[in-house]
Amino acid sequence: MYQTTYHRASSVDEAASLFAKGSESKFLAGGQTLLPVMKQRLASPSDVIDLGKIKELQGVELSGDTLIIKAATIYYDIMTNADVKKAIPAISYLTSVLGDPAVRYRGTIGGSIANNDPAADFPAALLALGATVKTNKRSISAEDFFQGLFTTALEDGEIITAVSFPVPAKAGYEKMRHPASRFALTGVFVAQSKSGEVRVAATGASQSGVMRVPAIEAALKANWSPAAIDGVTISANGLLADIHGTAEYRANLIKVMAQRAVAAAR
Amino acid sequence: MGVEGIGARVVRKEDKRFITGKGRYVDDIKLLGMTHAHFIRSPHAHAKVKGIDSSAALKMPGVVAVLTGQQIVDDKVGNLICGWAITSKDGSPMKMGAWPAMAPETVRFVGQAVAVVIADSKNLARDAAEAVVVNYEELPAVADMQAAIKAGAPQLHPEAPGNQVYDWVIGDEGATDAAFAKAANVVKLDVTNNRLAPNAMEPRAAIADYDAAEEHFTLYTTSQNPHVARLVLSAFYNIAPEHKLRVIAPDVGGGFGSKIFIYPEEMVALWASKKIGRPVKWTGDRTEAFLTDAHGRDHVTHAEMAFDANNKITGLKVKTYANFGAYMSLFSSSVPTYLYATLLSGQYNIPAIHAEVVGVYTNTTPVDAYRGAGRPEASYLIERLMETAARQLKVDPAQLRRTNFITQFPHQTPVIMAYDTGDFNASLDAAMKAIDYAGFPARKAKAKADGKLRGIGVSCYIEACGIAPSKAVGSLGAGVGLWESAEVRVNPVGTIEILTGSHSHGQGHETTFCQLVAERLGVPISQVSIVHGDTDKVQFGMGTYGSRSAAVGLTAILKAMEKMESKAKKIAAHALEASEADIVIENGEFKVTGTDKAIALPMVALAAYTAHNLPDGMEPGLKESAFYDPTNFTFPAGTYICELEVDPGTGKTSFVDFVAADDFGRLINPMIVEGQVHGGLVQGIGQALLEHAIYDANGQPVTASFMDYAMPRADDVPSFNLSHTTTLCPGNPLGIKGCGEAGAIGASAAVINAITDAIGKNNLEMPATPDRVWRTIHAA
Ligand SMILES: Cc1cc2nc3c(=O)[nH]c(=O)nc-3n(C[C@H](O)[C@H](O)[C@H](O)COP(=O)(O)OP(=O)(O)OC[C@H]3O[C@@H](n4cnc5c(N)ncnc54)[C@H](O)[C@@H]3O)c2cc1C
Repeated sequence: MYQTTYHRASSVDEAASLFAKGSESKFLAGGQTLLPVMKQRLASPSDVIDLGKIKELQGVELSGDTLIIKAATIYYDIMTNADVKKAIPAISYLTSVLGDPAVRYRGTIGGSIANNDPAADFPAALLALGATVKTNKRSISAEDFFQGLFTTALEDGEIITAVSFPVPAKAGYEKMRHPASRFALTGVFVAQSKSGEVRVAATGASQSGVMRVPAIEAALKANWSPAAIDGVTISANGLLADIHGTAEYRANLIKVMAQRAVAAAR
Repeated sequence: MGVEGIGARVVRKEDKRFITGKGRYVDDIKLLGMTHAHFIRSPHAHAKVKGIDSSAALKMPGVVAVLTGQQIVDDKVGNLICGWAITSKDGSPMKMGAWPAMAPETVRFVGQAVAVVIADSKNLARDAAEAVVVNYEELPAVADMQAAIKAGAPQLHPEAPGNQVYDWVIGDEGATDAAFAKAANVVKLDVTNNRLAPNAMEPRAAIADYDAAEEHFTLYTTSQNPHVARLVLSAFYNIAPEHKLRVIAPDVGGGFGSKIFIYPEEMVALWASKKIGRPVKWTGDRTEAFLTDAHGRDHVTHAEMAFDANNKITGLKVKTYANFGAYMSLFSSSVPTYLYATLLSGQYNIPAIHAEVVGVYTNTTPVDAYRGAGRPEASYLIERLMETAARQLKVDPAQLRRTNFITQFPHQTPVIMAYDTGDFNASLDAAMKAIDYAGFPARKAKAKADGKLRGIGVSCYIEACGIAPSKAVGSLGAGVGLWESAEVRVNPVGTIEILTGSHSHGQGHETTFCQLVAERLGVPISQVSIVHGDTDKVQFGMGTYGSRSAAVGLTAILKAMEKMESKAKKIAAHALEASEADIVIENGEFKVTGTDKAIALPMVALAAYTAHNLPDGMEPGLKESAFYDPTNFTFPAGTYICELEVDPGTGKTSFVDFVAADDFGRLINPMIVEGQVHGGLVQGIGQALLEHAIYDANGQPVTASFMDYAMPRADDVPSFNLSHTTTLCPGNPLGIKGCGEAGAIGASAAVINAITDAIGKNNLEMPATPDRVWRTIHAA
């Protein structure tokens, strides 16, 4: 790791002003992505601004049909939160298969979506549930927020404060774990909104990051059941291929995971 | 056996310090004035080093030196050696490419060091390393073995035309051909034994400390065999004469073979410490471990097995290509030859065997012994062949094995090994019973109804352990003897120190070795300590590998104990005015049988050291040593059966049950043995399902971190069902065969045989990743 200056911010405003003062600042949440990258000397921020202790970035709120998860809430707290279990159990399940216990005790939803790893779990949930990302400056729809591999709509110094999820009628998530990293080799989040809209998002599969799967959405719109997906063909074009999975395999996984997610949806 | 004697499940003494964070590993050691080394490693798989500009680095604060490959060659530090000479079938010696500790001219694998930066701190060394400019001229590289042996392939070493290390044969080719000519059936199989990264939990590390006044070096290092390290460093690498070099291997966090070898980093640290006049520490990180710890396995094999009309095996032909990586590591030459092809008879009566092994250089990390070393490759091959044969001949795989089991001992195989004892039917029976083999078809049918593909796979392994009778291995080209030494010191107040040449790096010697003393003397193990891992404390010894520490190391301790006891009995008899022949040792006392006369061990010890009243002519003291050279290898064997389900939608494997019935001869501590089996099985399963060290065509490693290289985790493996069927080893007085490698040797074939049974296709390479299994299921 290169030399850096560490700051612990106590409010979002303080974090933003500390960020602006540094020549090359970085926000730190759970550090599960940022710290390994710094240790490998692949990142060398002048200043690291820790968001982890900011009170207003912590916790979960359920009001009516909206579930709000604050940005610096760790996965473990999301997984065990009663409101999350009640409103969107698929999110509770998603956090239970995310990484390992050490990662779940440190990593945060804000860090996950800011990083937008093409194999991360949360981006699929946000996209399928039609969530809104709240920042210290604005609200951004999930659709607009994720912009390809490790790229988001966030501007320099912009802080995610929370994610707001409309509570769906039903939602489910299934993931084939990457055998080494335990990220998603392919994960599919399916959701049916209270107004009957169906959205399906796949992560870990596409060369351009998290994506909607229109063919499966159409099949499920017509008939919300695993069998409805039987006839769908997913093209391997544009899908990731590496030592752990060919593009054809990932195409198959999109379908199989979607079917299982529908079967598990509540 | 007593509560702490042989056969007792004694809790490990050493665990207190390990689980409370009080272990003392090389990286925990800090010396006054210590500097830190950071190696500059080649990013290219094959390149010429055109120049190294360290001027900017040398100006940085805290930088002590930047030393290069040319300097180490100029200072006449020897090239790395390979300690086992193998002769090709044409009579020519193996072709060894020169391997300097740092490359002066040519780098041949990604990660090979070209220079080292030495600075006041680890971070400063790393900073400065970034300021060193190495000018490389890239050369074409070849990572794939099949590509490397083709005409026109990039050549690694001028010494080795065609990138060939050797072309070695064993067995009777004529007899084997004749068997095939008469065969009723021939079964053919191509298998790949995937390359593995050893991944000990503790990365390699070294601290070298040169004392200019004494012209003496101390090396703290992560070694499985500190005396061998000292021998090689002094005899071949010109570092220092043996008496001027002390090697200490303190707590070592796992080795699995990878810490047998003497690596460039230790050599450089020693040499640099003298050059700069300060201690030099190097602790590898995980990436360096992936790049530079000797890898394991990496064979490509074609094999054919001939059967007569009664399904009896009549012959076996094997041709194996073994990847050596870029250089010949210390014992690399023996692994695919004498540790592999000599086990090709498996548990079976095979009248004729012929095997040919071609060693190949590629631009990859050197390959050497890794848990099992050659024997997993042999066992995997034979057990895959047996399963394939059963399918082709349409007989039950367990029955086909039974038909061919060796049942008479001793048994001379056609490939050197003479099995001393065993009962292969007993372990097969035990495993089949434990897994309810007979009930499998019903379970398979039920799984099918649930949409799952269920399979069962058998693996009957045998290994040659307790390595090894020195004369025998000497005649086969080994550069060292493979005996072990021990010393028993009874202190004046009766506590006991056992000094052993074996080295514990996770095996629990500090407990098991004490159990022998408890068994013989009836003293609590708290009165006994085990001293190992320091060449200044312990007499020359050979170290730990090849499941040898109990069979060879503990036998040496027994021999020394017997000498000590004999002297102690004389002292006791003298004190008790009894005949030596009437003295028995019980509960820490020397007793005159049939009387209530006794003298406690501390009193005997005190008598030995005060020497006021010893038998006439007896030397004072109570300390004996022994060297033990085994008369044969030992032959642990057993049956593993694995039952699993494959998810046809994803190709993912889930274990239902895994049973292991092993014959290790006598068990000293069954709990520790179980731990060894668990660990070995997990490594075997890791090889079968997850692990693979992969290079791209240009020799760039693709799996140099845990984000890409899949290590098995607790939830990847089942809860194991273990049992033992015991035949005592006749080769050593304790009847021990060894248990350290069995799991890693036998498990992978059981897993692959079960998966191929489940999916109904015979050809499936390791690791059987979900992707690969899914593609195999759906392949035309
Ligand atoms: C072994 C391992 C396994 C893993 N497995 C999985 C897995 O299965 N699935 C998965 O999804 N992920 C996985 N991860 C990644 C993990 O989820 C990370 O925690 C996550 O990617 C980043 O979250 P963090 O809170 O740790 O963020 P950090 O590492 O602290 O930060 C990541 C990036 O986000 C930025 N950032 C953080 N918070 C904010 C904010 N509020 N506003 C703006 N920018 C912000 C930081 O500046 C940084 O650039 C794994 C990680 C490891 C180490």
